[in-house]
Amino acid sequence: MTVHSAHPPGFAHQFEDMQQQREAGSLGMWVFLLTEIMFFGGLFAGYIIYRALYLPAFEIGSHLLEVQFGALNTAVLILSSLTMALAIHSAQVGKRRAQVWFLITTMILGAAFLAIKFTFEWHHDYVEHLVPGFGFIIRPEWGAAGQHVPMFFCFYFFMTGLHAIHMIIGIGLLTVLTVMAHRGRFAPEYYAPLEVSGLYWHFVDIIWIFLFPLLYLIGGRYIGGGH
Amino acid sequence: MSDHVVPVKLYIGIFVALLCLTALTTGVAYIDLGAFNTVAALAIAVVKMLLVVLFFMHVKYSGRLIQVFILAGVLFLAILVTFTLADELTRHWSPTPTGWGMIVPLLSRFF
Amino acid sequence: MSTATIDVHEAPAGSHVNYLNAKYGVKSWLLTTDHKRIALLYLVSITLMFFVGGFFAVLMRLHLIEPQGALVQPETYNKLFTMHGVIMVFFFLVPSIPATLGNFLVPMMIGARDLAFPRLNLLSWYIYVIGACFTLYAVISGGVDTGWTFYTPYSSSFSHTSVIPTALGVFITGFSSILTGLNFVVTIHKMRAPGLTWFRLPLFIWAIYATSIIFILGTPVIAITLFLLGLERLLHIGIFDPAIGGDPILFQHLFWFYSHPAVYIMILPGMGVMSELVTCFSRKKIFGYSFVAFSSLSIAIISFLVWGHHMFVTGQSIYAGLIFSVLSFMVAIPSAVKVFNWTATLYKGSISYDAPMLYALGFIGLFTMGGLTGLFLASLATDVHLNGTYFIVAHFHYIMVGGAVMAYLGGIHFWWPKITGRLYPDGWARFAALVIFVGFNLTFFPQFMLGYLGMPRRFAVYPAEFQVLNVMSSAGASILGIGYLIPLIYLTWSMRYGPAAGPNPWGAKGLEWTTPSPPPTENFEEIPVVTEDAYDYAHSTVTRG
Repeated sequence: MTVHSAHPPGFAHQFEDMQQQREAGSLGMWVFLLTEIMFFGGLFAGYIIYRALYLPAFEIGSHLLEVQFGALNTAVLILSSLTMALAIHSAQVGKRRAQVWFLITTMILGAAFLAIKFTFEWHHDYVEHLVPGFGFIIRPEWGAAGQHVPMFFCFYFFMTGLHAIHMIIGIGLLTVLTVMAHRGRFAPEYYAPLEVSGLYWHFVDIIWIFLFPLLYLIGGRYIGGGH
Repeated sequence: MSDHVVPVKLYIGIFVALLCLTALTTGVAYIDLGAFNTVAALAIAVVKMLLVVLFFMHVKYSGRLIQVFILAGVLFLAILVTFTLADELTRHWSPTPTGWGMIVPLLSRFF
Repeated sequence: MSTATIDVHEAPAGSHVNYLNAKYGVKSWLLTTDHKRIALLYLVSITLMFFVGGFFAVLMRLHLIEPQGALVQPETYNKLFTMHGVIMVFFFLVPSIPATLGNFLVPMMIGARDLAFPRLNLLSWYIYVIGACFTLYAVISGGVDTGWTFYTPYSSSFSHTSVIPTALGVFITGFSSILTGLNFVVTIHKMRAPGLTWFRLPLFIWAIYATSIIFILGTPVIAITLFLLGLERLLHIGIFDPAIGGDPILFQHLFWFYSHPAVYIMILPGMGVMSELVTCFSRKKIFGYSFVAFSSLSIAIISFLVWGHHMFVTGQSIYAGLIFSVLSFMVAIPSAVKVFNWTATLYKGSISYDAPMLYALGFIGLFTMGGLTGLFLASLATDVHLNGTYFIVAHFHYIMVGGAVMAYLGGIHFWWPKITGRLYPDGWARFAALVIFVGFNLTFFPQFMLGYLGMPRRFAVYPAEFQVLNVMSSAGASILGIGYLIPLIYLTWSMRYGPAAGPNPWGAKGLEWTTPSPPPTENFEEIPVVTEDAYDYAHSTVTRG
């Protein structure tokens, strides 16, 4: 019979011991990330197919995006993954204040990502009439490929939009975690919620790692034009 | 999931590598490599993903089970893309066989 | 040592503390995290949706008595078959066995106290209910007429019906499946009792595991697809819109990438139930355990490779059609393996014809017919003629109703004493099984003939020469409907007035039968240690009672 007083805080009684609980929690988050791969995957699949069919239009669309913001956002997210990993590390070595500061930094970086995206990129695209369904204007200089350029922007907004929704959810998770960490809920014996949320956060980073080249770097930007 | 504590130095090293790769992929986009541009961009993205997965997500220190699950996701996504492309890209192929494909109707003339 | 079981033979029904009487009150049910109570919550919701979907079927069959339609306008008829399909597929068949029998039995069969994530399990049920509410709202706000397949561009641009609420309902309920599948996968990997290796698991667990893999890999794709459909309807522009180069066939690819594996979601758990029933009621171990186990996994994996066979005539390229046709023949093989193995299990078994076994025997015959007719449809040349006809309707109803629903009813009857602690009247149960079998065949066999003769599906009218067969089908449907009502009555009756059930009324093998009926909330006082293989009836000292 298990002796319940020996179990650390956070132990759930359907499990036999903490080890089983940790492994189940981790596996559970990975299975969830697998479903997220397939969820985003539908959009990636559509993107790949239409890019194969309408490459010139996708190149035009891609060149209309601003690489500097995409690259900056990539750096912001990579930094946030570092701070998230360091937050978990702090819990592993029992540093409560460091945990909290790293979690807050991660949240701020996530918010910065969203701010850059919504104000500098999306708003700019809206003003330039590049948002399908919201006054999209096909420009004559796009030529014959012009009628398919809205397709690129559909994928741009749907994919970065879905990614942004996941970021917002992530920031929400981090808020809860920060409060818990501040209250000293995490320690070297029990930091599973941090680890598991870290997996989610890194996954959202990985999605962006693929979105950046696929959306911003199509067809090259070399001087002399694309092919 | 592991109790393995990854040293802070390693995390920072991975972070620097990721930043360098981001700069690399952005820089390579400004060089004309033809179709290889896409290959390079995707290859760099895969390397970045592996760094995040193996070190930030601790998969290097995890069991086989999780690696199988990740591979399953990639595999089934590849199935979705490949089979759909098999349709989309062959839509306008000529229905009349040419080349080696002509053997079938030719044979059926004699049998 | 195994568990300490309580002898309830002499005691009045449910007199010991069990999961049903441990706590009373609506809150104790709506806020429960006990997998067994959640299974019952699902049972009630799913049964409700079954009869709503069935109601639409009744209206359709009444309408089709006359060649020019006897009941409704064509526009309404389009809504009837759509709502019937949406509700039956997404709100009944997909969750049926996994959410009811799966939720109840998975922890018990593996010797665990609950699933890995009990609160997530409760959330799954609430998500199901919310999704169902959206879809029911769509029903009462005028219905949907796109077909359960929501093909674009009709669904994205031209239909004036409640597409978005329906799609939203299905989208939301999809997350219920995903979370349930996640829960099962983690539970089965991490929480098996000591000694319970993979190859000692009941085959029902293998089937649920394979089903969960499909839940996890497939459902997110239809989620994003319906999401994109909704966006396109809202924004009047989207990735399926031909005006910007969109391909409506892409919608079909994304839709069927889930919906084909979904049909295996609907049948695999039933196959798992079959292995339990056939072994118990022949008092024999399963023939070829590892073949049956691996065939479940094979079905789950290969099911993702065949979706294009739904698109042979909608505009897919011939070359893709060839690939999908060959793969579709392959997917039949593991299903056939199972049928051979069940039959071989029956051979020289000590067979008893209780109600669950009647359903199981019906399954073997009807599933085989449905499965074989699938091969005619997998073959490109014949599918060109049979697609869009009643042949398809008959094919999938033989599998979904003759197979999955029969297995579901067989499982409900088999585990009913365990779940409720009561026995149902055996005579009525067997009678109902026979009524269902007769009604089913009378409803759907004529539809094979109608399809072969060329009657198209999803049409509110038909040529007059098909009337006789249609009337036969409608007559069968009325018998089938009565057949479904009978268990509803006696099973409900038994919950109050049925005699008390002992721990193991069928003398079956399996950890769930070592607990009292109904089981206590924590399932096992002590986690059992497993030392024998599954279905070890040859060395069994367990008898009925």
